[in-house]
Amino acid sequence: MDSDIANPVHGKIQAEIDTNDVVLFMKGTPVFPQCGFSAMVVQILNHLEIPFKGIDVLADSSIREGIKEFTNWPTIPQLYVKGEFVGGCDIIREMYENNELKDHVTTKGIAPKS
Amino acid sequence: MTRAERMLAALQARFGEASIEVEDESHLHAGHAGAPRGGESHYRVRVESAAFRGLSRIERHRLIHDILKEELTAGVHALALELSVPPPDPGAAASS
Repeated sequence: MDSDIANPVHGKIQAEIDTNDVVLFMKGTPVFPQCGFSAMVVQILNHLEIPFKGIDVLADSSIREGIKEFTNWPTIPQLYVKGEFVGGCDIIREMYENNELKDHVTTKGIAPKS
Repeated sequence: MTRAERMLAALQARFGEASIEVEDESHLHAGHAGAPRGGESHYRVRVESAAFRGLSRIERHRLIHDILKEELTAGVHALALELSVPPPDPGAAASS
């Protein structure tokens, strides 16, 4: 509980955010989100044409709990860009509304499609 | 005391005079997957406080998570946060 290194799930999460530029830990899948907050972030990413990998925490309870500890963040969804935590639903929505989200990913070297 | 009242009291203890609202939105989510029976699960919290000045969005949220830690581990399923700093100048706020 108090050791990050001892928790194998943390290694699994680290590997996901290391190997994928944009990762969304969410409830459900990008095609079938199971929660309104996750659905909103999927919608925003799709609207901005930002490619991302969705990880369904409902499919793996160890990730569902592990990601909360890993990020020190109690809620889901959680968005990572280039290995860095960007925020949950409220923060992503605020960044989108202020036109900051697209700039953020572009600055990180990720080209939106189109 | 409802959970919303406890959350409000905890936030007031920390932020003092700041503008604080806690809304219980559990009724909007009744019956959906994972929503506990009996409500007291989904909340929206608005805080406008000078204490957020200079903090990133993530830091602002973590500050609230920390204050509400006990409630978060005791059945709060969702917490929407709207956190802002007061406008720097009351005159300028009217025109924005």
